[in-house]
Amino acid sequence: MVTVNPCSAELPGTLGETMPFLCEGAVVTLQSAAGGSVLALVLALVVGLTATSRFRGARAVARVYMEFFRGTSVLVQLFWLFYAMPILTGFQLDTLFAGILALGLNLGAYGSEVVRGAVQAVPAGQREAAIALNLSPYQRMRRVILPQAFVEMVPPMNNLLIELLKSTSLLSVITVTDLAYQGRLLVNSGSDQLVVFALLLVIYFLLSYLITLLMRYVEGRAARLVGRGKPRRTPWRRRSATAGAGR
Amino acid sequence: MTPESQPGTPAEPDPQWMVRFDKVVKTFGDATVLRELDFQVRPGERVTLIGPSGSGKTTILRLLMTLERVTSGTIHIDGECLSHMRRGTRRVPADERHLRRVRKRIGMVFQQFNLFPNMNVLRNITEAPVRALGVPRDQAEDKARELLEMVGLADKALAHPSQLSGGQQQRVAIARALAMEPEVLLLDEVTSALDPELVSGVQCLLRDIAQQGNLTLLCVTHEMNFARDISDRVLMFDHGRILEEGPPDQIFSEPEQQRTREFLQAVLDV
Amino acid sequence: MAAPLRDGGSRPMTWDWDWAMEILPGLLTQGLLVTVQATIGGALLAFVLGLFLALLRRSPRPYISRPVGAVAEFIRSTPLLVQLFVLYYVMPDFGVKMTALTTGIIGLGVHYATYTAEVYRAGIDCVPKGQWEAAVALNLPRRWSWFSIILPQAVRRSLPALGNYLVAIFKESPQLSVITVVDVVGLARELGSERFRYLEPMTIAGLFFLLIAIPASILVRRMERRLDT
Repeated sequence: MVTVNPCSAELPGTLGETMPFLCEGAVVTLQSAAGGSVLALVLALVVGLTATSRFRGARAVARVYMEFFRGTSVLVQLFWLFYAMPILTGFQLDTLFAGILALGLNLGAYGSEVVRGAVQAVPAGQREAAIALNLSPYQRMRRVILPQAFVEMVPPMNNLLIELLKSTSLLSVITVTDLAYQGRLLVNSGSDQLVVFALLLVIYFLLSYLITLLMRYVEGRAARLVGRGKPRRTPWRRRSATAGAGR
Repeated sequence: MTPESQPGTPAEPDPQWMVRFDKVVKTFGDATVLRELDFQVRPGERVTLIGPSGSGKTTILRLLMTLERVTSGTIHIDGECLSHMRRGTRRVPADERHLRRVRKRIGMVFQQFNLFPNMNVLRNITEAPVRALGVPRDQAEDKARELLEMVGLADKALAHPSQLSGGQQQRVAIARALAMEPEVLLLDEVTSALDPELVSGVQCLLRDIAQQGNLTLLCVTHEMNFARDISDRVLMFDHGRILEEGPPDQIFSEPEQQRTREFLQAVLDV
Repeated sequence: MAAPLRDGGSRPMTWDWDWAMEILPGLLTQGLLVTVQATIGGALLAFVLGLFLALLRRSPRPYISRPVGAVAEFIRSTPLLVQLFVLYYVMPDFGVKMTALTTGIIGLGVHYATYTAEVYRAGIDCVPKGQWEAAVALNLPRRWSWFSIILPQAVRRSLPALGNYLVAIFKESPQLSVITVVDVVGLARELGSERFRYLEPMTIAGLFFLLIAIPASILVRRMERRLDT
């Protein structure tokens, strides 16, 4: 079997002409996705747990952050951070940095909701049992509540990370040289647009799939950690035995 | 295969048996629920199936209603095969059209009522006659009001199912099944989901219905008094087989099998 | 990572009220109108198309359900922005000419249809199995059971989630500005580029979204809770 470097300029026709550029773009897309994900996950954990706090003030702060960043889209936040904020503060953010900040803040708000929901879904009896065993609040969270909540978080987090990957394409609008940017550049310089856009879509799809594979692995590990089998997938493919009912 | 059990014999009425199971096997995955079951029900006969849970009673009703398909063996309703039909000289699995023709003869009342929550009581009852039998709507409504009168809910025609008690919902479900004028009525633990004080009302209604018509009745229940009241014959099931059968007096008073005695003891103690 | 602006020096500029008041009416009428058109058009398409997708995916025939599922998965896993490019730049090559707004509405609608299809699917799965069994026992035609029994219940259960997607479509509609639709954000960008000052138009645009999206999501959450009880 001959292995072919998919980024090589030696590839025939439009592929050779475009793939080197698209690969460069893919690297930038991955950088922004990785940066955004780390920021989003950290924010999600911190703010999500704050939202379950006993203290009303802490909860309110978390709530305001979540509502604010879920109230507008990444694009609007990006424009504001990149174009509007410098006028107020006098500092111009670097494009990639502004992009990662916007992605992280926005998806972090959605992630906080996931963390909050998962923590609150752990049965109250678990917390009460941990109190009865005289575990400290930190131990209760770290040893009892979080491991159980974690399993529930993984599937929605998977969706969020895919949303984040898709949102990285918006950074092209503030001239981050990601996949979408390179694609448009190629089209503007005369490459066959059908081929370029098809390649773009396929590369994004493969990256999404990569995230899903990664998260499935994490999900399996998390499920074993709390002594569950791998949670069942959606019942979609399970055909009902009901004859003639058509479901 | 004996000649008379040839499946898909065109609707030649079988004067002797309304329901006939021949060597019916039903498995769910690894679990075998019915093992080569043979049994027959005469037209107009009222049969109660009893036995411990998991013994396959409910599966029999579900197979008859074509909610499940047999793993092997055949079921005939009035001489007509449920699971297969004849195309030319070949025997092929039943298609939707065949199923819908056979289902016309059968009605079922469920443990959980299964009323349609998006329709009022009247609509619940008329929907099937209008859509499945092509009865004109006003005629179906007259019939439905008659049936509601019979089940004692004449004033609830326009109510929503969620506004009714469990007992009332089950009466509506009974009226709904009867509106289709089935020849065979299947009752699947119809009082199990009801509050204790509502059970006897529904039972009385069913007793009346059983005694009036020439309806063939197959009933799964854990209420032994009810079984004694409405049935001509009781079948005791265990592990997917018929352990013993006979008139209710015999089964309840002097069962032959030790297993039946234990089962009755356990049920009556509760 | 952050560098002082060349012209502004280190002294921050302040909010210009006069200009903000001058551009507010245009953003409020012209811009918001296009945003609302895009949202409603996109949502209607997404709600209807999503239902079809959900039904096709439930088809007992694998040669229908599999390809539909695969295409939906593909659309859901790739960015709306790139899909908008395809519609806007490639479709005219095949002789399909539409205005930017129509293109945008189709893009939003198709993209979010793959999401609403999942919502309907969950709604359909939620309808108790007994409902199907009762329909079979009453010998109702299969297609009729779908339309008079299963779907009304499934759609009712889907309403809160559909409400969420209506808000989501509203929030994502600024992406259409990239294919030259002059919605609130598109107009804000135009106004900003005229003076090379984006603070006021972008802030006003952002506030519009906050002021509409937050109450709308609270409303949807209330609907969710009411449906639960």
